[in-house]
Amino acid sequence: MAVKGAITVDTEKCKGCSVCIANCPTGTIALSKQVNGKGYNYAYMENPENCTGCTNCATVCPDAVITVYRVKI
Amino acid sequence: MDIKDIIKPENVVYSKTPVLSDAIMHYCPGCTHGVVHKVIAEVIEEMGIQDKTIGISPVGCAVFAYNYLNIDWEQAAHGRAPALATATKRLNPDKYVFTYQGDGDLASIGTAEVMHACNRGENIVIVFINNAIYGMTGGQMAPTTLLGQVTATTPYGRDAKLNGYPLKITELLAQLEGTCYVTRQSAQNPASVRKLKKAIRKAFENSMMEKGTSFVEVVGTCNSGWKMSPVKANKWMEENMFPFYPLGDMKDR
Repeated sequence: MAVKGAITVDTEKCKGCSVCIANCPTGTIALSKQVNGKGYNYAYMENPENCTGCTNCATVCPDAVITVYRVKI
Repeated sequence: MDIKDIIKPENVVYSKTPVLSDAIMHYCPGCTHGVVHKVIAEVIEEMGIQDKTIGISPVGCAVFAYNYLNIDWEQAAHGRAPALATATKRLNPDKYVFTYQGDGDLASIGTAEVMHACNRGENIVIVFINNAIYGMTGGQMAPTTLLGQVTATTPYGRDAKLNGYPLKITELLAQLEGTCYVTRQSAQNPASVRKLKKAIRKAFENSMMEKGTSFVEVVGTCNSGWKMSPVKANKWMEENMFPFYPLGDMKDR
C-alpha cells in the first residue's frame, strides 16, 4: 500500500535547529535560504515527492512547528 | 498527487497538541526542553487531565515552563519544587502533580528536597532534565558534568581531584524505599521520544495509585552551553553521556 505525505511548517516559530532534517528518513526536509522574522533559516519540504508522512520530523521538533499530513493512494 | 490535495484537515496525522500554548518558546534552537514540554503536553492531552494537573516549574531555563503548557502552575524557589509539590499533592490528592527540574536545580541546590520527597514516597512525578551543565547562567559546571567535560568554570575539563565526580542522582534515588518508578530516558530521535512518552505516562498513572514517587530523568543537550550545533550536540550526547548515564528503567514496582 502506497502512502504519500506532506508537512507544513509554522515558519515564524521555526528556529532552524535542523533536528528534523537529521531525523527525516527520506531526505524530504532542508533549511530554506529565506529567513523568518527572527532571522532563522526555517525548515521546508525541499523534496516533497519523497515525503511519506512518517511523523518523525514532528516527533523530534522541539518547538512543535510541524504538522504532518498523510494519504493512502 | 498534488501537495494541495494532501494538505487538508482530514489528512492530519500529527499536529501540535492544544495543551501547548501558542507562545514561542524562549529556548535555544534544538533544546531538549522543548521536546520534553511537548511530550508532557501530549501525555496530559491523551489522559484527558488538563484541568487536573498542577506543574511546579524550577529555577533555570525551564522557569518559564508556565508560559508554554496550558495547565495550572506554581513556581518554586531554586531546588524547592519537590517541597512545593509535596504540599500541593497532600492538599489536592485528586490532582496530578509534577515537578520539572534541571540538573542545577535538582542535583545541586535541591538535593535535600528531592532526596526527602522521594524517601517519604510522595505521590508526585519528578521530571529531571540532565544536560550536564548550568544552561541559563552561562554554561558553568554542574554536579552532573562529565569528567573531562569543558564548561565555563572548568576550561581545562572537569578534574576529579579539583571538582569531584559526576553525581548519578537517579541511581541514588532508585535505592530509596519511597520511589516506585525510576527511569532514565532521552529525547534525541523518534524512538527515544516515544519511549519517553510511555515513561511519563506511566509516571503520571503511578501518581494516582499511591505507590510512591515516580522519577523520570531525561538525558538532554544544552547545545549553546556545550558550544555545538543541535545535531552535533545530540551525537555528542549519544557518544559521551550515554556510557556514563545508561538509559533504561532502574526500578519499576
